[in-house]
Order: sequence, then structure tokens, then C-alpha cells
Amino acid sequence: MSLRAGIVLFPGTNRERDMAIALAKVSGGREPVMIWHKETSLPPLDLIVLPGGFSHGDYLRCGAMAAQSPVMRAVRDFAEAGGHVLGVCNGFQILTEAGMLPGALLRNAGLRFLGQDHSMRVEQTDSIYTSGYAQGQIIRVVLAHGDGNYFADTATLDRLEGEGQVAFRYASPSGEVSDATNPNGSQRGIAGIISANRRVLGLMPHPEDYVDPLMGGEDGLPMFAGIVQGLAA
Amino acid sequence: MSARPVSEKLAREFGLNAEEWGRVQTIMGRMPSFTELGIFSVMWSEHCSYKSSRIWLKELPTKAEWVVHGPGENAGVVDIGDGLTAIFKMESHNHPSFIEPYQGAATGVGGILRDVFTMGARPIANLNALRFGRPENPRTKRVVDGVVRGIGGYGNCVGVPTVGGEVNFHAAYDGNPLVNAMTVGIAPKDRIFLSAAAGIGNQVVYVGSKTGRDGIHGATMASAEFDANSEEKRPTVQVGDPFTEKLLIEACLELMGTDAIVAIQDMGAAGLTSSSVEMAGKGGVGIQLDLDSVPQRETGMSAYEMMLSESQERMLIVLRPGAEEIARAIFEKWDLDFAVIGHITDTGRIVVRHKGVTEADIPLGPLADEAPLYRRPIQWPVPLPVLDNATITCTMPTDQALLQLVASPDLCSRAWIASQYDPAVGGQTVKKPGQADAAIVKIEGSNRALAITTDCTPRYCQADPKMGGMQAVAEAWRNITATGARPLAITDNMNFGNPEKPEIMGQFAAAIQGMAEACIALDFPVVSGNVSLYNETEGKGILPTPAIGGLGVIEDAHVARGIAIEPHQDLVLIGETAGWLGQSLFLREIMGREEGAPPPVNLVAERRNGDFVRHQIAKGCVHACHDVSDGGLLVALAEMALAGNCGLALDELNTAHATHAFLFGEDQSRYVIAAKDASGLLEEARTAGIPACLLGRTGGNELTFPGGSSVSLADLKEAHERFFKTWMS
Repeated sequence: MSLRAGIVLFPGTNRERDMAIALAKVSGGREPVMIWHKETSLPPLDLIVLPGGFSHGDYLRCGAMAAQSPVMRAVRDFAEAGGHVLGVCNGFQILTEAGMLPGALLRNAGLRFLGQDHSMRVEQTDSIYTSGYAQGQIIRVVLAHGDGNYFADTATLDRLEGEGQVAFRYASPSGEVSDATNPNGSQRGIAGIISANRRVLGLMPHPEDYVDPLMGGEDGLPMFAGIVQGLAA
Repeated sequence: MSARPVSEKLAREFGLNAEEWGRVQTIMGRMPSFTELGIFSVMWSEHCSYKSSRIWLKELPTKAEWVVHGPGENAGVVDIGDGLTAIFKMESHNHPSFIEPYQGAATGVGGILRDVFTMGARPIANLNALRFGRPENPRTKRVVDGVVRGIGGYGNCVGVPTVGGEVNFHAAYDGNPLVNAMTVGIAPKDRIFLSAAAGIGNQVVYVGSKTGRDGIHGATMASAEFDANSEEKRPTVQVGDPFTEKLLIEACLELMGTDAIVAIQDMGAAGLTSSSVEMAGKGGVGIQLDLDSVPQRETGMSAYEMMLSESQERMLIVLRPGAEEIARAIFEKWDLDFAVIGHITDTGRIVVRHKGVTEADIPLGPLADEAPLYRRPIQWPVPLPVLDNATITCTMPTDQALLQLVASPDLCSRAWIASQYDPAVGGQTVKKPGQADAAIVKIEGSNRALAITTDCTPRYCQADPKMGGMQAVAEAWRNITATGARPLAITDNMNFGNPEKPEIMGQFAAAIQGMAEACIALDFPVVSGNVSLYNETEGKGILPTPAIGGLGVIEDAHVARGIAIEPHQDLVLIGETAGWLGQSLFLREIMGREEGAPPPVNLVAERRNGDFVRHQIAKGCVHACHDVSDGGLLVALAEMALAGNCGLALDELNTAHATHAFLFGEDQSRYVIAAKDASGLLEEARTAGIPACLLGRTGGNELTFPGGSSVSLADLKEAHERFFKTWMS
């Protein structure tokens, strides 16, 4: 199966290889194309990924500068035409700064960077990103962020919940969701949200770092397998 | 700083002694200019010239079949097979980290990264060896917090995983913490870049950040003791910009993919001065710099300030003729400054021009060759006498002693620190901190992985510097071996006090001797290193701390072993146990005594036991393996239990030694192996003459000790994690 995936490189992006490895693993070794942030047009693609990193050093609000990059106009057009966009970590921050997903990512409640494993619960399965999981499944992922504290006003949160747009929630390994299982203060334990049309997903944790048992786990693999299954011609 | 009249008094202020000042005047044949004096003083500082240590460093073995470049380059290079090399080095940023913990540590990480990627390597792992003062000292918490945030702030942003390191606390570091940062990179063997300039007329190009007034005379500051007014030296600390570093890494590696580069060197300590002097000096050519072209962050900077600035994230490159446009395009793509600031000459001199004036004109040969070299007076250390175990009577039950030990600052969980670093970026981290004796990082696109560790036991070095130096090297070798990897080489970071004191020079020389013996016996040469002296505040020195960064390779990453145990396995101890309590953490934490000689290292047994363990791992007979070090056997077993979240039960001891000596002694060259069925392994050990014994079995939710007492996994975990949680809350 052949997935045409593109990974956008902003200055300061640093998890593009992790993402490329994960995508290549489920695409018969086919490497995604790398797209420089100053590009204004895109090659034909099935999926665009905004990967993790510290675009522009996160010296302004995380993702705020990258959201103004020339390439983002093309990314927005791609999404508005029904294209699939995945934003992980800094990519999620960029999607919210670009207005492509609601809410904002604030500084972690503990005011420290979090680089550790954590569990999250799959909250919905009607997207290519989540169809490989069972509803309520607990998966282990890598956290690596200083600003992952998801915030939105109550009306927005209620709407996200009501329309099944909360994709992932931080949880304990046995599946409970509580303040104690919330690593960064995110409202309602939200780790990832999806657009109303189920095509734009943003999440803070890194499923791309757990696609190989050798590296400690493969709970991220179903996400990428689902993407290929849903998109590859 | 505007130019001041040059005099002996000013030379003294700049850190030159009377004899050195005389030598400067002789070389110049005239009174040097203010800028020239600045250049001499930083190049001849302890930090840049190694004037006290060079004579001893020569005793270290530096060669092996797999060594591609040893000391003398920006970092050491070893062949790891498949046409690839590992390039690595460890470097200190002690003085800046005390004055300004966050920036000091951050720029330490930035500096060592540049040493590695300047040679053409993509950095794939960072580690750090940290020593802090007593937790009770109110200042320590601020330093720990700032250093950890600084390391994370820089390393996380540049996208290099922080995969390991070590932390100790001791009163001797109250006024002088140690921050030693290590970077490992990978480069093709036929694409290694060196710093020797060549090609008369070739352009000298400056890339990276602009030059500001930060860090001026940082190298001189790092070459003096501290006093009560050290905080006033804050302006000599540099400020890091990891975002620019990330761009610089990518831009340099992109340029290295072309054939544009003749030579490249980062601007580290002493900035533009040391990079230009070293590049031209190594190439046996001259260099002319035009400072008007240097990208500047501030207005009105003098030649002196530009030559001595330690602004971060800057590189100097000598380009091939005709390569300017391709190079400029790459750096413009990455939004980095790019400026032609000079050219290579045949004069053998460094000539610095600024605003139409020649600010410096110094012959490079004498600047390097006549740099001071001291055989400082030595007072050889007298090792502490061996502690008589009969003087140690312990009434504390085993379970209590273990809980107290694993809760102590030197043995407790480092998760609070490690969780502030990104261990996984790059997608190649096979074993993260705490999962194995050495970090295991795979090489993308290959089955191979590197095993990386940092080691030193400063309390051993204080009690017997020679044995301590030997032990540091042996422990690094052992930690790599315990993962199944083949140890290849080390980088050393020698942290000591004031070398002008004979007893400090004695510690240094003795540690080198011990290290050299271990390096030879274990085929584990030194390929790079760094010396940090004058680690004293108000005349009080640190413990001698020769931190070792070790590197090994394993052909198949899947074979690498961690320390986590699973149920239903045999536990085997490899190596001889004599119950050595001198300088043990048991003695310090439980008995309240810091005494005796450290445990001796028998290098023959070390090699024999290690080779046996590595062979057993390669054969697939080992599920988990952990070396026995700080805290002794029972602490090693507790760490294996915690890592695997699995209990264990020990058999009754068959030993003539007291129980506490057997369980908490720190005899060297030992490993604990967990294996599904250890009978074959025990038989092979017997045949090979390797001391080995069955300790017990894994399983359950508690640790059961000889005599029947026990500790639950939950209590052990709580004790292990308590210190940082409480201290930092």
C-alpha cells in the first residue's frame, strides 16, 4: 500500500525522523516527503503531518510563529478541501494557533517539562487515526512537552465532548481518568482533539515513538496502520 | 570595554603571572597591544592551554585498532563498523553553572554538541554527570533546579535525546558544583571534518549567531578559584540559544554534504580567538581577520571584545575557492548569519584588523609552542588505610538498612531529573535512563546500537585517587559490558581543585595513573577529554572527580540487556565478594562514617568476569544484568526489582562474612544476572574459574532476605522515590 505523506519542517522542528520512521514502517518502507515551511504549494498528498519540535524556539507562544509560515496557507487549504492533517505536540500547538483546531496549549500545570511515559484512553474510534483502537482502549505513549496543558472555554469543551471530538484523554494504566492521572493540567484530561469532520487530529503525546517493541512499545502502531488503511490507494 | 594601557599589572589582572608576561614581551619584541594581551591571556589560560595537566595527560593510552582520531581534535572518533564512526566527548561547565545555574548548564550542553557536530557527526545522544552540594545547604536546591532546567531547556529544544548520566551529592561540592556534559554523534568514516586550515587565500567564514559582549574572558574566569564575590562574575557567563543551535546543526550538516569545506571549528572557550588561532596553527598557515565584517549584536564593540567574546552558537569555516555562494545559500535558508571575515595567509601570523587599524599581529608558532607548560610540584596522596570490618557492628535489620539506603540522595530514584529531559526524540532510544546500566541508542537504518555511560565514584577518588581513577574507568567498562555491548573507548572529564597546591596535583597525577592502568588492561583508550581545575571556593576544593564517559557498540540492538527482572528466574552473582565496607554508602549512610580505603579493583578479574558476562549475553543466556556498585549487592537487586516491578527471594547466605558486609559491601567487578535457568551458566563459570553463585529466585511482590525479613515492592518504591518528591515539592 502506498501512502503519500508529507511532513512539514519548520525551523526548530525536531521529531520529523520519528514520524518518518513510523509512517515508513506502515507504508512498505516508503519515506514521506519533507516540506520546507517556506513552500507555498504542496505536491499531491494524502496526509500532511505537523511534527513535534520547538518551531522558532518556542520563543513566542508555542506554535504562534509557525502558524504564520507561508506553508500554512497551503495546509489550511488542504484541510478545507477535506484533506487529512495530523499535528503532534508542537504540531498540535501550531494547529490551535492557526485556528484549525479550537483551544490552546498552555504551560504545564507543574511548570516543568515532562519527558516520560504516560497512558491515554482512546475516546472515539470513528477516524482513520483511531479506527485501529477499541473504544476505551488504554495505550502507552511518550510525553515530551513543556506546554501541553489543553485549555478551552466551557462552551467549547462541552461542544467537543458532545460531538465526539475528544480523541484521547490522559489516564492511569488501568484506565481511570482523574486529576491524579492528568500530567499537565489539561482541562478534562484532554490529550488530543479531532475536527468535526474527523480529518484534522491534534495531540500532545507521541504515538510515533512507540511503533517498535525494541524502543519500548508499539501502542502507537495502530494509529499509523489505520492511517494507511484509510488513505492509501 | 575600551582599551586600557598595557602593563604588568593588567597582565596579572588577565591571569598571566610575571614569567608568562615576560614571555609575551619576548615573543612580541615590543609592548603588546590591549587586544594582543587579551589573546595571549586566554590562549595561555589553564582552560585553553592545559598548562598544568598536559604533562600528565600524556600518560594516558590513546590508541587502539578502532580509534580513528584520539585527543587533539574537537572530539574523539572511533570506528563502530558498517563504515560508521561514533564521535564523542565530555566537557565541564562547572564555574558558569555555579554563578548562573540555568545558563551555565544550558551552554555546557550547547558547547559539547558543537564539538561533536563540527566534525561532521549528527548528535544522537546527550548525557550529563552532575555533582552537587549537600541537600541541606539552602543553595543546593536552587543550583539543582537551575542546572536540570538548563540541561533540559537546551537539549530538549535541539532535539537530541538526553539518555543518561549520574548525580552525586556531597558537602565538598557546596561551593562548586560540577556540570559535565557529554554528546555522542554518528558520522560516516569517510566524511569526518577536521579543523586544520589550508589553502593560502581561502576564505574564512563566520556563521551562526551574532557576536555580543557576553562571556568575555570566560576562559580566564574558569581558570581561577572562586571567592565570596563570585556572583559578580555573572557577566562572564554566556547565554544559550538552543533554537539557533538546532538551525546551526542542520545548516552545517547540509553544508558538510557538499565539498565546500576545507576546515571547520566551533567557537567555544575564548571564541573567535581560539578558533582562528587553532585552525591556522594546526594547518601551519597564517590567518587575517577583518573584524568590521563580524556580525555584531551590539554597537561599538572593540576588537578586544570581539576577539574574546564567548557568544554562543558560532562556527568558523575555511571554504574551498568558489564555494562561497553554495555555502551562503544554505545559511540564508536557515536564517543564520553568514559573513566572510578573513582569509588564510602564508605569514604564520594572526593579524586582526578593525576600523583600518591593525589591532593584533602575533606569530602563531610561538603563541602555541611557547605556551606555558608546568610540571607543578606534587605531593603524592597517601591512600587511607583499609578499614577493619570488625569495627563495624550493625544492629539495624536488613530490610530497614535497605530502605534507608535506597532513600538516600545518592541512591534514590533520579526520575525527577530524568523526566525533565526528552529521552526519546529521534526514535532510536532502546534503553532509557534507569532501564539498563548504560543507555542504548540504536543507529537509524542499522541493527547496531551504542551503549553509553558516565561514571565516577568521587568518594573513592578522595580516599585513594589512583584506585579511584582506576575504578571510574573499570565501572564505565562494566556498565557497558552489563548491557552486552563491547566497550570501545572513553572520554575523560578531569575535575580537580587548584593545581598550584601540591596535594591537588598529586591527586590529579595519581588518578591519571590509575586510569591509565585500567585503560590498558581493558583495551579501553582515551579518545577525548577536558580538564577543569581550580574547582575551589574560598580555598576549599572539591572531591577529585575524574568523570569518565564510556562508549561501546553492540552489533544487534535486540541483544542488549536491561536490568528489569521478570518472575520465575534464577538470580546469579558473578564475581568475588569479600564484604568490602571501606568508603561504602552503607558505611556512610547507615553507620555515619566516611572511612577507609576504597574497594580495590583487580583488573585481571575485571576483564575475565566482564568478558564472561558479555559472552553469556551474546549466547542469549541472560534475561537481565546489572553491575554491583554503589550500595552493594542488595541495592543492585532492589534496583532490578524496581525496574521490573517484580519481587525476589534470596536464599540463605553461604558465606563467612557478616550479613551486612556481604549484602552492602562494594567489592568490584561483580554482576547480578537474571536467567530463566542458570544451571548451564553456573557450570560454565565453574569451568572457566569465574566466581559465581546462585542467590535466589525472582517473583512475587516483595523482596525476601536471608533470615526471613522482607520489604514489599510498594514500600521499596515509596522509599526510592521519596527524596526528590519531598525535597523539590
